[in-house]
Amino acid sequence: MTIVLGALMTVHAYPFRADRLDLDPKYAELRAGEPLSRVQLPFGEEAWLATRYQDVRLVLGDPRFSRAASVGRDEPRHMPQSRVSGMLSMDPPEHTRLRRLIAKAFTARRVEALRPFTLGLADSYVDAMIAKGAPGDLVQDFAEPLPAAVICELLGVPFEDRDRFQVWSEAIISTTSLPPETIVEYYQNLFGYIATLVAKRRAEPEVDDLIGALMRVRDDDDGRLSEQEMVQMIGGLLAAGQETTTSQLPNFFYTLMTFREEWERLVADPALIPGAVEELMRFIPLGVGAAIPRYALEDVAFGDVVVRAGEPVLVSLASANRDPDVFEEPDALNIQRRSNPHIGFGHGAHHCVGAQLARMELQVALTVLTQRLPRLAPAVPPQELTWKSGRLVRALSALPVTW
Amino acid sequence: MAGPDERWAVAIDPAVCIGSGICAATADRYFHLVGGYGEVRESPVAADPLVIDAAESCPVEAILVRHADSGEIVAPTP
Ligand code: HEM
Ligand code: SF4
Repeated sequence: MTIVLGALMTVHAYPFRADRLDLDPKYAELRAGEPLSRVQLPFGEEAWLATRYQDVRLVLGDPRFSRAASVGRDEPRHMPQSRVSGMLSMDPPEHTRLRRLIAKAFTARRVEALRPFTLGLADSYVDAMIAKGAPGDLVQDFAEPLPAAVICELLGVPFEDRDRFQVWSEAIISTTSLPPETIVEYYQNLFGYIATLVAKRRAEPEVDDLIGALMRVRDDDDGRLSEQEMVQMIGGLLAAGQETTTSQLPNFFYTLMTFREEWERLVADPALIPGAVEELMRFIPLGVGAAIPRYALEDVAFGDVVVRAGEPVLVSLASANRDPDVFEEPDALNIQRRSNPHIGFGHGAHHCVGAQLARMELQVALTVLTQRLPRLAPAVPPQELTWKSGRLVRALSALPVTW
Repeated sequence: MAGPDERWAVAIDPAVCIGSGICAATADRYFHLVGGYGEVRESPVAADPLVIDAAESCPVEAILVRHADSGEIVAPTP
């Protein structure tokens, strides 16, 4: 067997094209011919890129690949500044210590308890759209407030402050949409805001939300949680809880409009919605490219390619989710797909802590929109829609709709 | 909490598991993935807080930990 080392391979400029919600055909080419390839992001060191489902899952789930080992390295990055990522820069068991403290608040059972509240909110945003009259903007009128209000309720952050923290939240997904100084400033504002909020809450620690729960852990202190960790975790959840779902919801609708017959089926049969959410999560390449590298702690062979200890590996979830070895007709949207083990929420220790919450929100959104606005349609042709740029996550700037 | 000789019965409900891979990544000694879904390597096991960490981290509470003798639930807590 010949062993292939990274130094001898062609280096591809990365990320590949991320036009609207298209997945660059380059991923399929690499998956077939060069499943571990060499890539160079705009900043940081060269890296491996894994594009096959099995390889991606291995890198995300195997303790031989580390996030903690990225600390102090010139991490491959989409942006000049280094990441502020807290839990995402730790490995078990340190990671487990923090993750366990919040995991409880995000279990399927806890999230289910928030469903009626979320349904009520979604209904009220549709009421407001109807009252204002068409055209509306699905981004501003629906996709922005919904996840923000839900994460506020879960954490215990006042939704009235949304105008402030929603602006700052952009910092966690910005690459070039904000200048580096502004990103630093927004993080400071976000964490400063949470620190003040926590201080105010000291007077009423018994309230049953996540801030209250974390404060109780902090106060019967056995060194499990520092004040700074608590503030960063809450700030991180507040920002992550909005940016992703707010971006993904209009992406869902945009995709369903390109496959209008699937929308009609959801209108006719709401029982198809949970499966549709999974399929849309699989199908839509939300990220502009792989972004959070894992570092090999020892040599690991992938076929005839060897990733050496100390080398970073990026993983493409979008490519894994289109792997024909796992998904039949991977490039077709099929909301009734029988087997759908997609990894749109990641895999392993860092599997999205908000996954059950995001699923519930997306299900509620599709339920309310299909039932209340079955004739919902874009008010402008697709080529006139504008997409945000300079961010890790693809999203429409606005989505004018009629109904 | 757990005495030195205490043993716990650990089980995963396959109908509930979503294959997140969190248990295997958190407590590799006790859990692994088979066909993409979580499985217990052995049960019962000597009491170990790492098992509770995994059970409390499972996003769908598919992991049930009980005292092997009394059947009393150790994790997840309500
Ligand atoms: C459609 C919506 C969402 C998508 C597609 C998504 C996707 C992801 C992915 C792929 C990861 C893993 C990253 C990696 O391992 O490299 C992740 C982690 C994470 N997500 Fe989400 N997410 C969504 C919604 C949310 C929400 C609503 C929250 C907050 C409540 C959230 C909070 C987090 C956090 C804190 C992590 C890091 C977990 C850790 O390091 O243990 N996400 N998300
Ligand atoms: S943590 Fe829970 S859902 Fe994830 S693989 Fe283990 S048992 Fe399954």
